[in-house]
Parts: sequence; structure tokens; C-alpha cells
Amino acid sequence: MRGPTIIKAEDDKTRQLNKNTLMAFSGEAGDTVQFAEFIQANVQLYSMRNDTELSPAAVANFVRGELARSLRSRSPYTVNLLLGGMDPTTEQPHLYWIDYLASLAPVPYAAHGYAQYYCLSLLDKHHNPNIDLEQGMKLLGMCTDELKRRLPIDYKGVLVKIITKDGVKEVDFDNDKIVRSA
Amino acid sequence: MDKIVAQYSRPSHQNEFYSEQEQQDLTETLPPLSLKFALPPVANPSAFLRAMTDDHSNPSCPIKLAHGTTTLAFRFQGGIIVCTDSRATAGNWIASQTVKKVIPVSRLSRGEDKPSNEPTPGLLGTMAGGAADCQYWLRYLSQQCTLHEIRHKRRITVAAASKILANLTYSYKGYGLSMGTMLAGVRTTASFLPSNQVGLELTSTAFIGNPQEGPALYYIDSDGTRLPGNLFCVGSGQTFAYGVLDANYRYDLTEEEALALGRRAILAAMHRDAYSGGFINLYHVKEEGWVHHGFDDMNPIFWKTKLESGEFSNVTSEL
Repeated sequence: MRGPTIIKAEDDKTRQLNKNTLMAFSGEAGDTVQFAEFIQANVQLYSMRNDTELSPAAVANFVRGELARSLRSRSPYTVNLLLGGMDPTTEQPHLYWIDYLASLAPVPYAAHGYAQYYCLSLLDKHHNPNIDLEQGMKLLGMCTDELKRRLPIDYKGVLVKIITKDGVKEVDFDNDKIVRSA
Repeated sequence: MDKIVAQYSRPSHQNEFYSEQEQQDLTETLPPLSLKFALPPVANPSAFLRAMTDDHSNPSCPIKLAHGTTTLAFRFQGGIIVCTDSRATAGNWIASQTVKKVIPVSRLSRGEDKPSNEPTPGLLGTMAGGAADCQYWLRYLSQQCTLHEIRHKRRITVAAASKILANLTYSYKGYGLSMGTMLAGVRTTASFLPSNQVGLELTSTAFIGNPQEGPALYYIDSDGTRLPGNLFCVGSGQTFAYGVLDANYRYDLTEEEALALGRRAILAAMHRDAYSGGFINLYHVKEEGWVHHGFDDMNPIFWKTKLESGEFSNVTSEL
């Protein structure tokens, strides 16, 4: 996501942790990138030392552990995360919802912040684990349309990245679509 | 002697009628919109009231009002769908799971003594915010609508009824009223009452202006806002209901589709919003009047939706 912010910073709020794990973050300015890059470096260090890729589940539990440790320090990281990945051995997709209080939940679909209020009911209705990429993009379109319609903030569009067994790729997304309200 | 004869030769019921002046007073003077309420004997009643009751800014306030709701209404080709949950909460406490949040407005549409499936003419109001405020002021609105029928020998328009309520809430602005309500109704030429229903003889059958209002939906809240529109969701679960409703709403929905969409949008909110739940209360307002389509426990509906349509995939059905 390109931030829900009035300063028109169009930055990439994701970091790729290894070949098939991507982490999206939001929260306290500064904390977010600092924490994401700290995780990114440590995941890569682990791969170099042990000559093995961490699975998404392993990364998620490591991230949670680091957040839980930070939470009990003098200056905790205020960062909310969505961690998605394709397990290289089982080729199963995984998604984890992690918040700044270090809750970790494996979920089929997730959102942070106000987007939860507008999108989760939509995803409850239209999500199915067996949908293909085209239907998935259509569902994402329904979510962004709803945010454009009802969210008082103009969030300046989204950045879409797709994680497959072949790695992470950015895809084009029409952010200029005009959505009419009923 | 003449005096005595005159006294007894008058028609015996003459004195039982209201005088011209009394009739004028009864039919032409409007009661003041703002009723006189006793206010707490302090310097700033509204601030005092807020400190005592507003659990948003002050969670330890002594009086917790019943709050928390999801209500929705939308206009479509076949009329208006009105749907609500049934939960009332006071702070974290679920005060009731069986609240009737759809309130029939105006005398001829009460329908409490009419259990049949026939459409009942009149308006529907929905209740969100303070339960007491909504019940009290919608009942007050019923009273005003009934008086309108008696005075003008025709049913009130939704536009006029909503304006009475909006003027009222505006006159109490800042005094801590808490209500978000929708008024739905269809007014057609049929709303001009046959004279025998009013009990008075109509001298002229000609009507003046506004022959047909059609299906109308208004949103009114305690800030004094009054908005006409096609689609509204009100209450703490509004965003969840909007999510489902916006994505699937079309004006040319069929009646079955519209009823199913209303029910599904409320279910979405009841599932995700902790302050909504209980039973799904569904109404359809059409030209002949409103029809009730059930007051149904959400749980069997939720599991039916999940298991038959494969929705709610984040909820597991296995242990």
C-alpha cells in the first residue's frame, strides 16, 4: 500500500525477506522501515549462515518473537505487519497477520487499520481459497473501490505485489478508476 | 316564559359541538416542536449530561446508555429494503439480544393489532444510537403524523415527516441527544384517505400539489442532519454492511435479490462488529405498505451461509 497519508509520499511499504516471502508494514513513521530492514537483514543472514531458506512460518514466528522482545523494551517498535509467503517445500501459500502487540495469526485474508472495517466484510463474502489470480485481482478491485467510495482519506492508490512459487513480482494496478457511489 | 321555551326548544346536542373558535384552535395551532423538559439545575446542563452519560469520552460515567447497532436501508426498483440487527449494549454489557429496531411510524401503520401478511400502509423508522431517544422521538413522530392525518385528511409525506424529526433534533442540538435514524416510506396518490376513514366529510375531492412522492428514504441524526438518498447504513457496524452492500447494490435488483442482499449485509456486520448481533429483522416497503420478512436468529443463517456458499473462509468448522 502507498500510505494512507496526506503527505504525498508514494513509497513502497513492503520489504522482500527472501525469495518467496514478502512483508508489508504500517505504523509509526521511522519504526516501520527500521524494523522491516532489521528483519530482512536477519533473515538473509540466517540463509547465508545455514545455506537454507526459511519457510514463511519460520519467518513469521521469528518476527513475532522480535516484536514481543521489543514490546518489553524501553522503546518498542510500533509496527503492524502482514507477512505473506509461499512455502518452498510444500508450495502452499501462507499469510500472517501481526500487530504491534506481537499477536500472530495465520489467516486466509487480512487488513490493518481502517481498511479492516471496510474490506473484511467484503472478503468474508467473496473470498474462497480456490480462486485464481484473475478472480483474486477482481476481489482486490472490489476492496479498493469500497475504500475509494467510503474512506474519508484519499489514500492515493495501492501498490500490488504477487508472491508465487517463482518469487515476488509487482503488477500494474489501475489506481485512477473513478468509483461512483450509489 | 319565552326564555324557558327557547332554552328547551334548541336542538339537544347543540352545546356538545366545539365553537368555531375552539375548532380553529384545535386544527390550526401547532404544538411547539420543542417540548418542555426539566433540565438539571446546573450552570451548563449539556456539559453535565455529557459527563454523566457519554461513555465514549468518559468510560467510567455513571449512566451507560444503550448503544451499538447495525441498521441499513436501501431503495431499489421494487421499493425499499430495511434491515437491522437486534443487539443493545450498555458499555461492554449486552443489554438485550431481542430489540426491535424497526419502528412503524404513524397511527395507521402501527399494525400491532394486525398479524396478517397484508402490507401495512405507513412509514418505517430505524433505531440506532440511544435506544430511549429513538423510541421516544419516533413515538413522538408517530403522534405528529397522526395529527397530520387528522388535520389534513391525508397521510404525511416521508419528506415532511423526516423534516419534523430533523427540526426536532436540531432544536435539541448540543443537549446530548443520540440517534441515527432512517425513515422509509412510499407515498402514492392512494395515500389520500377515503373520507370515511377520517370520520369527517370532505367538501372537495381536489388535491393540491405533490400528487406522488414514490419510494423515499431519509437519514436523520441527532446533529440535525437530514439527507435523502438511495442507500444508508447506520451504527457501529455500518462499515461492514457498506462493504457488502456497495459491492453488490444495483437499483434494478429483483425483490428476492434485494431481500437476500439486505440480510447478507447485516449478517456481515453482525459477524464482525462486537456491538451488533442477535436476530436479523427484515422489512420490505412497497407501494401498498410495508411487509415484515422475519425476525431470524443470525447463528443458523451464518452457518448455512458458510457451509452452503463457502463464505467466511476464515472461520473453521472443524475442531
